[in-house]
Amino acid sequence: MPVATPDLTAREPIIEVDSLVRNFGSQKVLNGVSFKVYEGDTFVIMGGSGCGKSTLLRHLIGTEQPTSGSIKIFGQEITTMNSDAMRKLRGRYGMLFQSGALLQSLTVAENVALPLTEHTQLDAGLIDTVVKMKLEQVGLTGHGHKKPSEISGGMKKRAALARALALDPPLVFSDEPTAGLDPIMTAVVDELTQRLTQKIGATVVVVTHDMNSVFRIGTRIIMLGTGPNQGKILAAGTPAEIRAHPHPAVQQFINGDPQGHNGDDAGEELYRETLLGLDPSSQAIHSS
Amino acid sequence: MTEAFRQYFELCGSLLYWLFVAPFRGRGWRMGHTFAQIVRIGVHAVPMSALTALTIGVVLAMQSAAQLAKLGATVYVPGLVSSSLIRELAPLVTAVIVIGRSGSSVTAELGTMKVSEEIEALEVMAIPPMSWLIVPRFLAMVIMMPLLTVFSIYVGLAGGWLIGHFSLHMSTAFFISHALQYVELSDIGISMLKSGIFGVLIVTIACSIGLNVSGGAEGVGLATTRSVVVSLLTVFIANAVLTALFFF
Repeated sequence: MPVATPDLTAREPIIEVDSLVRNFGSQKVLNGVSFKVYEGDTFVIMGGSGCGKSTLLRHLIGTEQPTSGSIKIFGQEITTMNSDAMRKLRGRYGMLFQSGALLQSLTVAENVALPLTEHTQLDAGLIDTVVKMKLEQVGLTGHGHKKPSEISGGMKKRAALARALALDPPLVFSDEPTAGLDPIMTAVVDELTQRLTQKIGATVVVVTHDMNSVFRIGTRIIMLGTGPNQGKILAAGTPAEIRAHPHPAVQQFINGDPQGHNGDDAGEELYRETLLGLDPSSQAIHSS
Repeated sequence: MTEAFRQYFELCGSLLYWLFVAPFRGRGWRMGHTFAQIVRIGVHAVPMSALTALTIGVVLAMQSAAQLAKLGATVYVPGLVSSSLIRELAPLVTAVIVIGRSGSSVTAELGTMKVSEEIEALEVMAIPPMSWLIVPRFLAMVIMMPLLTVFSIYVGLAGGWLIGHFSLHMSTAFFISHALQYVELSDIGISMLKSGIFGVLIVTIACSIGLNVSGGAEGVGLATTRSVVVSLLTVFIANAVLTALFFF
């Protein structure tokens, strides 16, 4: 179901990224990225492999430092923040890692309980109740006693989502939440994400290249480029705007068409140049 | 190489903060985690330490008896066994066992957690990995190394007594009195100091290498090997330096 275009003027930006640059040696992975994420948005960052999506996400969660630029979360500049302030800020957001990143030494329930035991004064009984509720929300009732190694990939993702939501954070980051999941489980995770924004009013930032998920859950989308456009925002807008975006590389990516959006041979060349970065010349893109 | 040193000293600096400053800022040591690590690093190493120390005590007594018998001086066997064990062998052999068993395990565990994003997940959940993972392992190692060394001394002496009693026909009282005759209290103090320093070196090297693993499963394997090799070399060098320090 298409998501309604949000009225941006009525809401506060939760995340403000301005002119973000990240270099690894001579390679520019992020090149002047600027965007805002508003309260209640499901903000999708998409793009081809190696475009810097995950690097951008790691900058947003504060585990990597940019070469230059600014990142504000809840109005606080995180690029210059000290570790104590960062720790306090991190209590206000949850993160779903691509691999789930559940602690293998703990059970599923202990993983979900971890943020509660660390950051709240709740007694053990109440924590147990909250954990059961969270596990029920993600459809893992009865699996709390299992170790992460004893559950499937999809269950790990859902358990990690339950852990990310344990403190009911107003902001949730999600790195490839549907990678490696079957279509049904993908829909389940997408539905959970939608429910999160609609019922709890949380803001969600999702990194993905699953097109079904992008248009199912996204309210605002940006696409990062590769090759000559490495680390730059190639397109930004609502799902409808992205669908109708004139840039051929965007259309090609959305349609997943190796022959290009018009089905011509030039499209393959375009894909190789723009998305795989096999030719550093950007002239070819414009001419094609 | 320079990068590895930088990472090591960075870890040591951070560790000092979490050991001595953070507890006064409301972030105390995690005693539950520390006890769990004491069991894993120390208690589980007891059987291996015991077997190694016993065989060393037996071999030491047999070799020294074989040589001293030529001089008719087997009476010195208990003293030679006790002074060798207390001054050198017990701390060193315990360190070698702990490196092979526990140091490698710490590196492999932290390395696996690093590559599977578990450490990053802790950071993002505002749970400092230093407090959650490193401080408990450090405390466990520093507590257990001297204890394991004391245990190794006792078991090694028991091994020496087996030869002294059953082969050289010494009475238990004779063996004990002669074993203690050549040992001073300062020897035991130096032995404990050595084992404590070895423990600090082993756990900091293992943690530093484990926390900086990259390259997936292969990286974890290489890091574990590197951790064992670097720890062994460092402990042997440290042992020589400490022995020289107290010798001169």
